Amino acid sequence: MKTVKHTVPSVDGKGIMMGRKAFTDDFAEADSLVVKVLRSPHAFARIRAIDVSKARALEGVEMVITHHDVPRKPFTRAGQGYPEPSPHDKFILDEYVRYVGDEVCAVAAVDEKTANAALKSIEVDYEVLDPVLAFEDAIDNDCVVHPEEDIHEMFPIGFEPKRNLAAAYQMEVADVEAVLKESDVVVKHSFYTQAQAHVMMEPHTVNARIDYQNRLVLYSSTQTPFHVRRILSQTLDVPMQKIRVIKPRVGGGFGGKQALHGEMFVSLVTLKTGKPAKMVFTRKEVFESSYTRHPMRIDIALGANKDGTLKAIDCYALSDTGAYGEHALTVFMVAGSKVLPLYNKVDAVRFHGHVVYTNHTPAGAYRGYGAIQGNFALESAIDMLCEKLNIDPLAFRRKNMIAEGETSPIFEIMGEGTEGTAMNMETCKLDECLMRGKALIGWDDKYPRVKVDEDRYRAVGMAIAMQGSGIPYIDMGSASIKLNDDGFYNLTVGATDIGQGSDTILAQIAAEALDAPVEKVIVYSSDTDLTPFDVGAYASSTTYVSGNAVLRAAQSLREKMIEEAAKVLNVSKTSVAFDGKTFSTADNSISLVDLSNRLTYNDDQKQLAATDSYVGHKSPPPFMAGFVEIEIDQETGEYDILDYVSVVDCGVPVNPALARGQVEGGIVQGLGMAVFEKSAHTKKGRLIHNDMLTYKIPTSFDIKSLRTEFTESYEKSGPYGAKSVGEIGIDTPPAAVANAVYNALGVRINTLPITPERIVHALHTLNKEEK
Amino acid sequence: MKAIEFTLNDELVTVDLQPHMRLLDVLREHFLLTGPKEGCGEGECGACAVLLDGHIVNSCLLPLANVHKRHVTTIEHFSRSKRYQVIEEAMIYEGGVQCGICTPGMVIAIESLLNKDPNPSDAAIRIGLSGNLCRCTGYNMIVKAVKRAASKGEGLW
Repeated sequence: MKTVKHTVPSVDGKGIMMGRKAFTDDFAEADSLVVKVLRSPHAFARIRAIDVSKARALEGVEMVITHHDVPRKPFTRAGQGYPEPSPHDKFILDEYVRYVGDEVCAVAAVDEKTANAALKSIEVDYEVLDPVLAFEDAIDNDCVVHPEEDIHEMFPIGFEPKRNLAAAYQMEVADVEAVLKESDVVVKHSFYTQAQAHVMMEPHTVNARIDYQNRLVLYSSTQTPFHVRRILSQTLDVPMQKIRVIKPRVGGGFGGKQALHGEMFVSLVTLKTGKPAKMVFTRKEVFESSYTRHPMRIDIALGANKDGTLKAIDCYALSDTGAYGEHALTVFMVAGSKVLPLYNKVDAVRFHGHVVYTNHTPAGAYRGYGAIQGNFALESAIDMLCEKLNIDPLAFRRKNMIAEGETSPIFEIMGEGTEGTAMNMETCKLDECLMRGKALIGWDDKYPRVKVDEDRYRAVGMAIAMQGSGIPYIDMGSASIKLNDDGFYNLTVGATDIGQGSDTILAQIAAEALDAPVEKVIVYSSDTDLTPFDVGAYASSTTYVSGNAVLRAAQSLREKMIEEAAKVLNVSKTSVAFDGKTFSTADNSISLVDLSNRLTYNDDQKQLAATDSYVGHKSPPPFMAGFVEIEIDQETGEYDILDYVSVVDCGVPVNPALARGQVEGGIVQGLGMAVFEKSAHTKKGRLIHNDMLTYKIPTSFDIKSLRTEFTESYEKSGPYGAKSVGEIGIDTPPAAVANAVYNALGVRINTLPITPERIVHALHTLNKEEK
Repeated sequence: MKAIEFTLNDELVTVDLQPHMRLLDVLREHFLLTGPKEGCGEGECGACAVLLDGHIVNSCLLPLANVHKRHVTTIEHFSRSKRYQVIEEAMIYEGGVQCGICTPGMVIAIESLLNKDPNPSDAAIRIGLSGNLCRCTGYNMIVKAVKRAASKGEGLW
């Protein structure tokens, strides 16, 4: 391959580095009205009365929107395939506010100062209600987060709002309890994960204007422009053809932008006033009023025989979706469906649980999407089981984990809201990942721990993981490619580059199919008017799903070009060879430049172009093994991450540098969740860690060494052998770090983040027990 | 109100704006410079970084009055320099750019670091860049880029 599997520079890196106009706010009209939202100070309240008269009277205030001024139509902000597996349980504005930071009303003013003054002048009479804050007490609580009658699910997902249930599910293969009873050794434990924040560096940003064709045009920092267009149209009753959504450069998403955030308000303002409007979330709003990861409690039971054969996995998950059920069911499902098949040889497996409403910031999509939560529980429990069996954890995994050519019944049973899709693992290099990682980290010399000095130990820990590549039979991507005079191409794709480099990846795939240099493929993505449809950037789908669409379109254009060349050369198309520059037969040739110019200007003129699309028939998982080395102080519980080794099977990495960037970025976000990122609330439900000072994400100083390798792997169903790589990196750090801490000090931390305080507390408990 | 006078990107400018305005807003809204970005507005992330008399500052925390009679350089001007070319090549080569919203600020931080220490150790790089947050890359590739820039650009700093 000439282009694929080569590191080519990203198509847009240079311009962005220079600070050229690229991101959403760079495109806001200079005279945009500034939209600001008044946010609830209460975790749960009903608005008895709201007086906006002072705000409306303020000079420079153009519009004030309360729940009296908007259509009452339930919708979901989740950017997902339609009908969505998320309940329609949100209103543009409502008489109820359901978390600290929820939307009370919105104002639009000539500048930020006036908008803020208007917010301050608004008087709200709240009937403060008892909130549901402890998610383990949410089911059948006397306080009901969604008492209203006019909300609904789109198809059965276990939605019972009167019981504070956004979704529920259960599946079982064979009789888990019976198999557990027969097992020689059983481990049962509960694990807790926190409401991790995305902390993408670009806050949620959107701006709108009415264009000269009297259409509403939005620039939005979104992962799902086509879903944004549909949801705006459905909710605001604006015909879809009147709306255009453009996604410019996005400054990080990680799932947090797989939803509508400010789009509804700026659209309302621009439609009503006819004036351009913009909204940029403050950092506090990003923390309090966008999305978090779903916090979960996962109860896991494993049963095994003395010989180290895993017999049964029983997994119950309780997930906190916060005030709205966005991605509620699907994130929960992935905690099982992209975790439990790792150990596919068990006799029995059960996955069940509930997703509950609470009065917290809504949880939503976040890289890993349930798999990181499930992985923390399962891979911690596997190490606990190995300890009990007195079997080496790597040997145990090698004996029991999924291998190439195998399958798991879970693939067929569990999908994302619907049934799943049966598939065999055509590529699964998990064993190579594990063995290579073991060698790189120096496991045999370091496991379980090495004493550094009187107080300090170095220890290693590890975990294996899997993810998916898109959502089969649901999520579709498409691409159009055309040949220009002078022999270069335009590739337009609905796929959404949010910083992961998909524009570059997709250009490489087209370039490979056309034998063209990447710079001859000009990519334009994510504009609902100009590019074909794509569901957007989520579910690790872009390289695999959109990439396959690009491959098909490029191959089809190549055929058309060869047909035209054959006509000119007066031969049959099968006798024409094309090397990217020249079409040749045994004794004749025409260059691509000449052919394209001829077709444009001189003879038999026509535009050559091809459009194609792709929907997955399966979702081949990428796999990885992650190994961490820590140095820990047994007195203080403080520890440093010395090294993180990742060995990944993502099929063929289309662009090795970009793939490495995805893995390492994921690892560090996963380490953030495992080690640093605290998310706590006051007793009244206000988020304490709501700025970048108190919510600590890893800095360059916290990360000492990352080593990343890819195994040789070729997934036949993927474009040029590729699987996905966007999420897999994030999954292993929580369990790997927990296992390393256990290997160092003998304490099992079941709650994230794994802080020195928790370690010291566990050490004290252990000492007491030993006494 | 006294007009504020400063050198912006090698050009003497005079502005008649509120002295307490944030430098970031003056740069973005008045001078239409899109290089400095607002990531947090609280001086934590470094996406708004510019050079003030050659040293890195967060322009979201700096009142306009503080730049009176001083030199402000943004990425737009720095990107015309030889040193920038070296940093750019290294960042592209090592894959140090993902979403890119932190990148102009990161490049300013690299320039400021190499100005002080043209041959920084790994640890010095990690400390030197720790005021600039990046949620995409995991930093490894940026650290490698600084090392490459330092070695390729020997004599420039």
